[in-house]
Amino acid sequence: MSERYEIRFSGSGGQGLILAGVIFAEAAAIYDGKNAAQSQSYGPEARGGASKSEVILSDDTIDFPKATSIDLMLALTQEACTKYCGDIKDGGTLLADEDFVRDIPNGNFKAIRLPIIRTASEDVGKAFVANIVAIGAIAALTGRVSREAIEKAVLSRVPKGTEDLNRKALAAGYELVERRTN
Amino acid sequence: MAFDYQRYIRGGKLPHIWCPGCTYGTVFKSLLRAIDAQKLDRNDIAMVSGIGCASRLPGYVDFNTLHTAHGRALVFATGLKMAKPDKHVLVVSGDGDATAIGGNHFIHACRRNIDMTLLVFNNYTYGMTGGQYSPTTPYGLSASTMPYGNVDFAFDIPSLARGAGATFVARGTAYHVPALDRLIVAAMRHKGFSVVEIMNACPTAFGKRNKFKSPTDLLLWMKESFVPVEAFEKLPPEKTQGKLPMGILHSREGAPEFCEAYFAMVERLKEKEGTGKP
Amino acid sequence: MSRARLLQGNEACAEGALYAGCGFFAGYPITPSTEVAEHMAKKLPKRGGVFLQMEDEIAAMAAVIGGSLAGCKAFTATSGPGFSLKQENLGFAMLTEVPCVVVNVMRGGPSTGVPTGPGQSDIMQCRWGTHGDHPSICLTPAYVQEIFSETVRAFNLSEKYRTPVIVAFDEVVGHMREKIEIPEAGALSVVDRTKPICPPEEYLPYDDSQGDVPPMANFFEGYRYHVTGLNHGPDGFPVNASPRIHTDQLRLLRKVEANRDDIARNVEYRLDDADVAVFAYGICGRSAKAAVDLARAKGIRAGLLRPLTIWPFPEAQVAALSARARAIIVPELSLGQILFEVERCSKGRCRVEGIHRVDGDPIHPAQILARIQEAL
Repeated sequence: MSERYEIRFSGSGGQGLILAGVIFAEAAAIYDGKNAAQSQSYGPEARGGASKSEVILSDDTIDFPKATSIDLMLALTQEACTKYCGDIKDGGTLLADEDFVRDIPNGNFKAIRLPIIRTASEDVGKAFVANIVAIGAIAALTGRVSREAIEKAVLSRVPKGTEDLNRKALAAGYELVERRTN
Repeated sequence: MAFDYQRYIRGGKLPHIWCPGCTYGTVFKSLLRAIDAQKLDRNDIAMVSGIGCASRLPGYVDFNTLHTAHGRALVFATGLKMAKPDKHVLVVSGDGDATAIGGNHFIHACRRNIDMTLLVFNNYTYGMTGGQYSPTTPYGLSASTMPYGNVDFAFDIPSLARGAGATFVARGTAYHVPALDRLIVAAMRHKGFSVVEIMNACPTAFGKRNKFKSPTDLLLWMKESFVPVEAFEKLPPEKTQGKLPMGILHSREGAPEFCEAYFAMVERLKEKEGTGKP
Repeated sequence: MSRARLLQGNEACAEGALYAGCGFFAGYPITPSTEVAEHMAKKLPKRGGVFLQMEDEIAAMAAVIGGSLAGCKAFTATSGPGFSLKQENLGFAMLTEVPCVVVNVMRGGPSTGVPTGPGQSDIMQCRWGTHGDHPSICLTPAYVQEIFSETVRAFNLSEKYRTPVIVAFDEVVGHMREKIEIPEAGALSVVDRTKPICPPEEYLPYDDSQGDVPPMANFFEGYRYHVTGLNHGPDGFPVNASPRIHTDQLRLLRKVEANRDDIARNVEYRLDDADVAVFAYGICGRSAKAAVDLARAKGIRAGLLRPLTIWPFPEAQVAALSARARAIIVPELSLGQILFEVERCSKGRCRVEGIHRVDGDPIHPAQILARIQEAL
């Protein structure tokens, strides 16, 4: 397995984390021509509870489709962060929402805190695009998918009529990371 | 001229399995006359059944015939009808088959109002397995699995059908034969789900156990007990004791039928696709 | 032109059915197979096909058989508890030789078990679920692309041999998404049932004098015949206490047994010089392949036999493997089912060891690697 890269999107059911995983995988697999596998696990609740979605990226065939040694994990809620961060690999990255994840668990990983949900609700104008803001931030942080691919994937998967909103959300995610590194 | 039943009967398949004194043969002939009256192409008719004495009937007739699993006739029939909605689908069932093991399919076929006809041969018992009580065995009567008198309560099949949404509900008997012919024709001509409960005599498994000494006693009991619905409705309450109405008990023409509704949706979608609209 | 798409396993299954010419689906909502129904509900009406959500699992299976008898290629999809309910009419389709496909997206059991987690503990039910002796064809794809192509193959085998075919995969591959290419029409072969050419009055629906798979007439096409779940003679009518019952039941088994070469498909991976072999299908097959690569990277000669057809069981392949490998490792998401088949076919020629897990999570490659190392 060459260059296997594992991402986990976690938060609460209803935050669009499965969609985030699907969009990320589609960007990599369809628009960037790499291999990607997206999977999820969930409880019986359609809304609420801790929810996660995973994307494996590789240049090679992906056999085992679940994350075992996570390169980057997104956590939009404290519950999901606490529950799922144990699989982050040594030297990996935890990307946590600045407002909703107060306690960063101990671990041999780098924690980055960004105001993802606040950016969605205040700057973009709708809290429900937090997942798209997160995708922008992850794309910028990891450099694993091209901006062109991620934009195409977002636009092909979001409801008609919300394209501008989502384009704005994606850009806001990129900016969060760019502002931080500048 | 005498009616030629042989035209509809498969060569070499008779004699049937029914006991002497059983009224299924009478109903069988009524059914053939009713089908003949409609001048249908035999290739366009499917007759479907489940398990039980009545369910052997399709084996004797020269149509497309399907003898399925216990209680399941209506759902196999639903598959046939949806695949070929312009064909005629008839289902033959018994009281246990239709309302016990097949009870869920029964109420849902009624609700769905799919254009088929269900004939329920109600003889108050599981005849083939030797006389166990069924969901229509009257309270207090005897059955091999209710040897001390039935303490379980019975379904009224027409009420059940109507309550579940059937748009044509009738009851006939093996005694009132010309009326039965007319009821089956009316049921088959009805667009939508039609149910005909047909009261039948099982002298072997039901009659003997319940003080009907001969098959004739059962027929006489039918003669006494079933009153045309128009007359029944005029009876004072005290005179309805022990009597039941027969005839067309409920009919609602023009209600949306399932195949039509489904294929109208298909047409709408095709038009949409044609115009390139999403 | 074929085009790459990111599809869920369940969606690929539905797409495979459509590619195979399926025009009829009947089902009942159940996790984790519901997306198959949802996809068919969206697609079939637009193509003029029939989508039915029935009142229960039994009804759905019955409607599928009815639809097939009337000439449609038909299928249903379900999971554990629903698959148990399908068994009654699955047996009916086997005995009456009505082609149809049943998809079982496996979860944990028994009973309601683990609805949202993967399982493989229905695999013996896929073989022996319905009562009585009966044939079984069961395909076990592991990748989304394979779910598509094996679903097409399931319809083909079903039409060709006049028997139900089961496609069994697990929640992980049913729900995961990966890239697949849907081939152009014509790229994969599509098989239709053989219809009779004789005049209707000469037609015998179960006449085996010309071969084990008699031609099948559809209802309403002029061949008025009888179909019954009772054992029957060549004309389709019931027979009682007749030697015909014995010979006919043997014929049903022979339809599958004598055509193993056509029905069976296995993937062999790095097996040629393997000291330790892994036998695995579905999600376990994927884990095992990763484990074999990890082992090879450590210089261990490991290999994988991954059946795409689990029933009929790849007896000859396992027997050959047991003669040359030191051990066969069998990871499965059950407490030991397919393990016994591997043991049966290895006849003690090598060690056979199971890895079992039923907590709703898949077996990880590291677990299999550890067992490969121990087995040396």
